[in-house]
Amino acid sequence: MRVVIAEDLALLRDGLVRLLSASGFEVVEAVDNGPMLLSALTRHRPDVAVIDVRLPPTLTDEGLRVALEARRRRPGLPVLILSQYVEQLYARELLSDQAGAVGYLLKDRIGDVEQFVEAVRRVAAGGTAMDSEVIGQLLTRRERDEPLGRLTPREHEVLALMAEGLSNAAIAARLLVTDKAIAKHTNNIFAKLGLPPSDDHNRRVVAVLAYLKAEPG
Amino acid sequence: MAEPVSGLLLNAAAGVAAWVLLVLLAGCAVLVPIGGPGVRPLVRVRSMVHSLATFQLARAARVLGHEPAGPERAEGRETAWLAVQAVTGPGGVLLVGGVLSADAVLWDLQAVRPNSPLTLALSLAVVAIVAVAVAAVPLLDRAQAWLAELILRPGDTDRVRQLTESRAAAVSAQAAELRRIERDLHDGAQARLVSVRMNLGLARSASDPAQVRALLGEAWESAGQALADLRDLVNGIHPPVLADRGLAGAVEAAALHVPITVDVDIDLPARPEAPVESAVYFAAAEALTNAAKHSGAHRAWVRLGHSGGVLRLVVGDDGRGGADPGGTGIDGIRRRLSAFDGTLDVRSPAGGPTEFIVEIPCALSSQKISPS
Repeated sequence: MRVVIAEDLALLRDGLVRLLSASGFEVVEAVDNGPMLLSALTRHRPDVAVIDVRLPPTLTDEGLRVALEARRRRPGLPVLILSQYVEQLYARELLSDQAGAVGYLLKDRIGDVEQFVEAVRRVAAGGTAMDSEVIGQLLTRRERDEPLGRLTPREHEVLALMAEGLSNAAIAARLLVTDKAIAKHTNNIFAKLGLPPSDDHNRRVVAVLAYLKAEPG
Repeated sequence: MAEPVSGLLLNAAAGVAAWVLLVLLAGCAVLVPIGGPGVRPLVRVRSMVHSLATFQLARAARVLGHEPAGPERAEGRETAWLAVQAVTGPGGVLLVGGVLSADAVLWDLQAVRPNSPLTLALSLAVVAIVAVAVAAVPLLDRAQAWLAELILRPGDTDRVRQLTESRAAAVSAQAAELRRIERDLHDGAQARLVSVRMNLGLARSASDPAQVRALLGEAWESAGQALADLRDLVNGIHPPVLADRGLAGAVEAAALHVPITVDVDIDLPARPEAPVESAVYFAAAEALTNAAKHSGAHRAWVRLGHSGGVLRLVVGDDGRGGADPGGTGIDGIRRRLSAFDGTLDVRSPAGGPTEFIVEIPCALSSQKISPS
């Protein structure tokens, strides 16, 4: 799987190259600024790009802007944004084209190598990887809502993991239960929230995120 | 010519408003001591007086062609100005009207005795009087602007006292902030990194693989907590989104952090200076947090705009009201704003709605707010 990395701090860039190479990725280019990232994305057409949100020359949200621009030029280009902090505003912008294949994770999560690599693969495959902190904030925003209040604590947990982008199998592995149990929970959640059931995993994540992003009623 | 004429009319309107407000003030002065409606109507009227005075000062600065003074509350000066405005406001219009009606009288005289040599003299007089009236209009406008500034603007002594106070407040607020950061680092990230190093040191000398694994696990946990501590700290010092997106984007982001619906209406053609952005951002964040936590509100609104050299932020909510206008958080915000001559006004009648109003005199840079 071919990956482009953008990170301006050499220590972290080398670490990411090492980590992803060791996990079976082919790092086609590792850049340290926004303009070079845009040209690398155009030139290599990688399977996935792992991008630090803050990049030179502006040292603002350059990485995010380049990622959004690259996805405007090539819809659905898989990008995973890494950041020292998460902003709902940025998550919203990444998800707004509803094309999937986006990730937005705290840099802390790289420390959990297995889950991080799984997230990169998921994004490359067209899935979603939203940080648990983004989802946590979205859920807090909606917690006064009637339908969410009707979920059991377990269903709440499953909903959060589903919104992060995990498949039923991955959720089952995380919660140490069977796939079948998770399928039952997800059906209950969709029924309680009044969302149309869907077998397509990615479409399901999009529906859940859209529901959570909507203004509380 | 159109501007001075509309200025004269505006002055006249302000004069009429001044009459109404003076009557209301007098009403409050009589009713409040005898336990009438309480102080709330007085506060309302006072804030209307303040708005009118602020408007007049901004206009005066424009007419006289210099930077506007900051919105500053001085009730005595505002009342004095109301009394003067009540007379001079309509007075300007009356004066010009009077001069022009003198013309009408002359014109009538000329009609009474046509074809006399007097006609020429009278016609010349009519033209001269019109010219005088026309010349007087801009002069009157400037005179009224000057008068408003003379009464409403603080004198030098007042200003020096005010600057000394706000500088002392800014310095002590900054010192307190540095102390807080030092304490947070000491008890948070620093302590956690010490524990990471300790666990790694132990792991290095341990021989039992299970023990090594456990120590590494602990070190891994502590490093994660150190990161979380640092993230919170950084957000409290200068939220990265403020650097990324400026005040408009950061306020929008802050609205997404609170668990209630917030209508955001921002109209800023450019960015203020960074320190002003920061002060206004923290004011907005504090007001939104208060709205979500204490007021029981379902909806809140944020309005942010810039006009007449003043940046104005309003954060309101539909909660139960009765917010404490002197809480510690609010005091901190006020001190921070005072360094820029900014003011914070909390209007929170029992039963709501609550409104936090921040006004801060500042210029916007030419730097455009970059789109997302």
